[in-house]
Formats: sequence, structure tokens, C-alpha cells
Amino acid sequence: MVNFNALIAALWIAPALAIVLMMAIRRPCWAEYLNLGTSVIVFGLTLTILVAVPDAGWVTGEQYILLTPLGAWVLFCVGLVYLLASIYAIGYMRLLPEENPRLHKFYALLAGFALTMLIAPLMNNPGIFWIAIDFTTIVSAFLVGFEREAECIEAAWKYLIVVSAGLALALLGIILFYWGGTFVFGPTYALTWANLREMAPKVPESLLLLAYLLTLVGFGTKVGLAPMHTWLPDAHSEGPAPVSAMLSGALLNIALLGIYRFLSIVDSGGYGLIGHTALLVLGVISLAVAGMFIVRQDGAKRLFAYSSLEHMGVLAIGFGFGGPIAFAGAMYHMINHSLTKSLMFFGAGNIMRAYGTKSMRKMRQVLRYYPVSGALWLLGAVAITGAPPFGLFLSEVTILRGGILSPNPWAVWVMAILLILIFIAFMNHFREMIWGAEAEPGEAPTLKLSVWNTLPMWLAFVPILVLGLWWPEGLWGFFQQAFMVQP
Amino acid sequence: MLIFHLDPLATSLFSLLAILALVLSFVMLASHWLKNHIYAFAAESWTIAIISASIGYYGHYPELYIIAALTAIFRGTMLPYLVLRLIKRLNIQREFTPLLKPSSSMILGAVLVIFSYEVSRQLGATLHLTDNIAVLALTCMFSLKLIGFLMMILRSEAISHILGLLVIENGIFLGSQILVPGMPALLELVIIFDLLTIVMAFGMLVRLLQVHAGTTSSRDLQKLVG
Repeated sequence: MVNFNALIAALWIAPALAIVLMMAIRRPCWAEYLNLGTSVIVFGLTLTILVAVPDAGWVTGEQYILLTPLGAWVLFCVGLVYLLASIYAIGYMRLLPEENPRLHKFYALLAGFALTMLIAPLMNNPGIFWIAIDFTTIVSAFLVGFEREAECIEAAWKYLIVVSAGLALALLGIILFYWGGTFVFGPTYALTWANLREMAPKVPESLLLLAYLLTLVGFGTKVGLAPMHTWLPDAHSEGPAPVSAMLSGALLNIALLGIYRFLSIVDSGGYGLIGHTALLVLGVISLAVAGMFIVRQDGAKRLFAYSSLEHMGVLAIGFGFGGPIAFAGAMYHMINHSLTKSLMFFGAGNIMRAYGTKSMRKMRQVLRYYPVSGALWLLGAVAITGAPPFGLFLSEVTILRGGILSPNPWAVWVMAILLILIFIAFMNHFREMIWGAEAEPGEAPTLKLSVWNTLPMWLAFVPILVLGLWWPEGLWGFFQQAFMVQP
Repeated sequence: MLIFHLDPLATSLFSLLAILALVLSFVMLASHWLKNHIYAFAAESWTIAIISASIGYYGHYPELYIIAALTAIFRGTMLPYLVLRLIKRLNIQREFTPLLKPSSSMILGAVLVIFSYEVSRQLGATLHLTDNIAVLALTCMFSLKLIGFLMMILRSEAISHILGLLVIENGIFLGSQILVPGMPALLELVIIFDLLTIVMAFGMLVRLLQVHAGTTSSRDLQKLVG
């Protein structure tokens, strides 16, 4: 029997200790390797937790900590993206020598961001979960504004204000849920997901749905579902590239996990169809909005930010369809998206630094100047649009398959058409970057990329190729198990 | 549950205080001078602290006295002080570019209160709580929420946005004190501290905005579009 208490304690202590050490030592190179070491430890721990997670879930720490298969899966995505981003951060931050004196602060914030993300999915109390999500916002806002340019600060400000306002709605929803429970359990009881699911059948429909919709809109803001997505393209495109990868590949999944848990409350109340459809509709809107902005996009990282919006839309649709097949597809989609989006942001960071611009119109002949990095980036673009033979193709097709059997089969067609549109738009952008007109003679990039810049791209690319060709049998069983137990 | 067996005196006291908090939010809505705005916010927080204390007294929840004290200290004193200091440093006295005149925004606010009342009344009816203090608490909670959002929409100064957010949080706090006084005290404590952290984060960011972007008005933050 694995000692989960010790594992979880280690998971939280490792980054906390690293932050203290970084702020005490204040040397850039120490901070780099401390952060890298921490991320390796965190990755190992999340992997152990994922492998050992009990099928029925696990509640510990005086009911404050909850470990479920879905939670462990989200936690593993955090560990994975944190590891990749930490490797990449070394390469990326070395390209910014002017930030050297503040580098230890950057890594301390990065580890702090990871710490908040390692806490949130394990919270058994929706109120504390809300607080943990709030802290992820505060820490990551400072990472987004780290480069201190006018655009970065603007993005950080918008991020903090929009998400805080959205989360305030979610808090209202949580209080209404708790209030509903007082009619069943009496004035004071422990606020846990399980208790809320237990009270749900005995509470009037209007109160339950009002509370759910408030939490859906609130955490939907954090996930970046349209029309609450307005902060997302700014924050994801203006932060340093490793931060963008963590925001996109790890943080959004956690907020979505929250939504799914609230959905499970409505489900046990017997109003699951309305709850699922509401999530599904938000997903479809996100996909449509993302499609429109991807077609006419010029900023390289903004393109991938909108692509995050697209994939959160796909995930919302997957969870919104319900049913074991779409659910398995959505879970598979989470990890594929985390890996692929990290690859794309790393590639974008490299190319942006090399050409010294954010505009895709000025990035020309990428493959000629950067054969390895550029090729990985191009293949990643094929993967991120959901084309075979990569993981996202399998997961999207599985979600579509599950959708046909769901109560909302219309969404399958909308989703398929929008995905094709996005594929065409993406490939058009990349065609121009790779085979477009020659660069001006003076504008050819001269930057040399180090192994720290390309290694994490390989580390992200190989798994998505493997996961696209081979869906491990054990993983399918794990997803089915995760579907059977309460999230 | 507290809301079912309150004596009439307590009910009228809570109603009075809740309505006072609502009126104070209209003071904020009508004033474009940031200083007045902050004083109104401080008064509203103190009102909520009094509500917490009196609920602790009438409902026998001793931990609510601590919550009341912390609300008065943090929300009623420290947050207003922090924001006042921020205003001094930024040298911004008033909101220069409101979308609407104070009178129009107050009418909009009144419409929002009526809407909130209608929602709360219907919700109360399904829960068999007509004529209960719960309906008033829900009305105040939703109204403060919507008025906070209205302030954020109509005004463009960064400080006004922070204050709008604080009004929203005050509304939630006010409602939760009356509706769920038995909510675990730990949670409320953490939420108070969370608010303090977030306001400090806002303060740092506003100053960075002024230094690096040269403005604190969201109307001038137009670099990132599309």
C-alpha cells in the first residue's frame, strides 16, 4: 500500500522548499537547477500517484484532501508540463540576458505557480478549491507581467481583473450550493464534494441550477470558455514562453476539473442533461470564436492562445457529451493537448526570439534557418489541429464518436466543421511561414538555439506521436474506471 | 436554521443593516470622486461587520465575533487604507471618463435591484421562504454583485475596477453571513486573507501599469486586440 499522505506532503514541500532556497541564495544559475530538480521530483511524484491511485478514490487529511482518478490525471498533466517548461525555461531565459538579475524571482514564481497548481486538484472542499484557483491567478499574473513591457503589464492586469470578477461569481455559486445543503444537513456541515452530491437530490431545481450556472460561468472564465475568454489570448501570448505553456497545458485543465465536479453535483441531483448541455453550448461557442480569430491572426503566440481556446472548447464538448466514450476521449485529449501545446509554445518562443518579432508575417523560411526546431514546430502544428497520426486526432475522433450516442448529436457536426476550418487556417499560416517569400537580406535570423531550447520540444513530440499510434490498453481501462467513480 | 426562528427585533435589525449596505453601494455608484467612493466602501464593510457580530449574538455562533472583528480590521480599515494610499501615489482624484452621468447610473442600479428582488422572490417561493429575511439577503447579495459589475463596466480607471470588485465581494460576504452563518469559519478566514492578497497584487500591478504603460485607464489599454 502506498502512503499517499507522504506522497502528497512531498509533492507540496518540494516546490515550497525550492522557493525558499531560491530566494535565499539569489543566484541565477542556482535557481535554474533548483527549479529543474524540483520539477523532476514533482514529475516523479505525480507519476507515482497516478500509477497507485486507488480505483474508488481516496479521502484523507481530515476530509480536506481528495484523490480521484480524474484528479490524479490532472495532477499528472501539471507535473508533466512543469517538467517540460522547466527544461525549456533554462534555454529561453538565457536568451534574455537583461533579466538575469531578476532570474531567481522568475524561478521562484514559476515554482510557486506549480505549487498552487499541485494543491488545487487535491482539494476536497469546493471553497478551498476556489481559493487555490484564486492563488494560481495571482501568482501567474505576475509571471505574465514578468518582462515589464507595456503589453505584458496590460495583459497581466486584464487577466487578474477579468478572472477575479469571474471567480467572484463562482464563489457566489459555492455559497448557494452550501445554502442548499443547510436545508438537508442543518446549519453546519462539512463542505465537501461528496456532501454536496448527497444533498443535490433534495434541493429544488431552481436553486441547484442557479448555483451550478454561477460556478460554470465563474470557473468557465478561468478555463477561458467563450464569451468569458477575453483575458486568455492576452495572458497566454504576452508571458514568457514557458509560462504560456504552463498556463495553457496545466492550469486550464484544473479549472475544467472544477467545472466537471460541479457538474457531477447537478448530475446526482437529476438535472444532468441541462448541466451537460450548458457546458456543451459554451464549448461550441468557444470553438466558433476560436475558429474566427485563428483565421485572421498575425501574432504567433496569439495563434496558439486561440488554439487553447479551441481545445478547451473541445474538452468542454467532450465532458458535455457525457457517457464513457466521450469522457475517455476528453481525458485523453487533456494529456495530448498539454503535450502538444507545450511543444507549440516552445517552438513559438524559439522562433520569436530568433526573428525578434511576434508577427508571423515577418517569420519567413523558418525551415531553412532552423531545420530541427522548425520541423518539430511544423509537425506540432499538424498535431495541434487534430490531424493523424498524432494523439489529438485519436482523442478528437473518440469525442466525436461518443457524441453521436449522446443526447446532443447536433454538436458533433458543428464540432467537425469547425475543426476542419481551424485546420485549414492553421496550415495556411504555417505554409506562409515555411514556404513564403524570402526574408529581406538584413533580416535573416542569426540566433543559435541551444540544446535546452530543442530538447523539451523532442520530449513533447515523441509522446504525442506514440500516443497517436498506440492508445495503451491500460489507459483505456483507467479512463473507464475514472468515469465510473465520482470525480 | 437561523433564518427560520429569528425574533422580530433581530429580523428588523438585520434588514436595516442589509439595506444600509445596499444604500451605501448607491453612494458609490453616484460618486465619481474616488475618495468618497472609498469612504462609502469602508462604511459598508463596517456595516457588514456589525451584521456578522449581531448574527453571532442572536444565532449563538461565537466564531462570528472573530469574523466580525477581522472584517472590520481588514475590509473596513486596511483595504480602504491601502487603496487610499494607492490613490495618493498615483495622484488620481476622480474618475474622468465615466460612460454615464451619476443620475443615469443610479437608475440603472435601481433596475438591477428590482431584477435581483424578482429573482430572489422566485427562488424564495420555490424554497417556501416568502416574507423571510432570506429573500432580503439574497436580494442584497445579487444587487451588490450586479452593482459591482455595473461600476466596473461604466468606469475605466483601474482603481474603480478594484473598488467594483470589492463591492462584489462585500455582497457575497453580506449574503453568506445571513444565509449560511454556520459555514466553516476557516473558509471565511481564508477568504478574507485571500482578498487582502489580491488587493495587494492589484496595487502592485496598477503601479507597474502607470510606470510601464503610462496610463491606468482601461480605455487606453488598447495594445492587445484581435
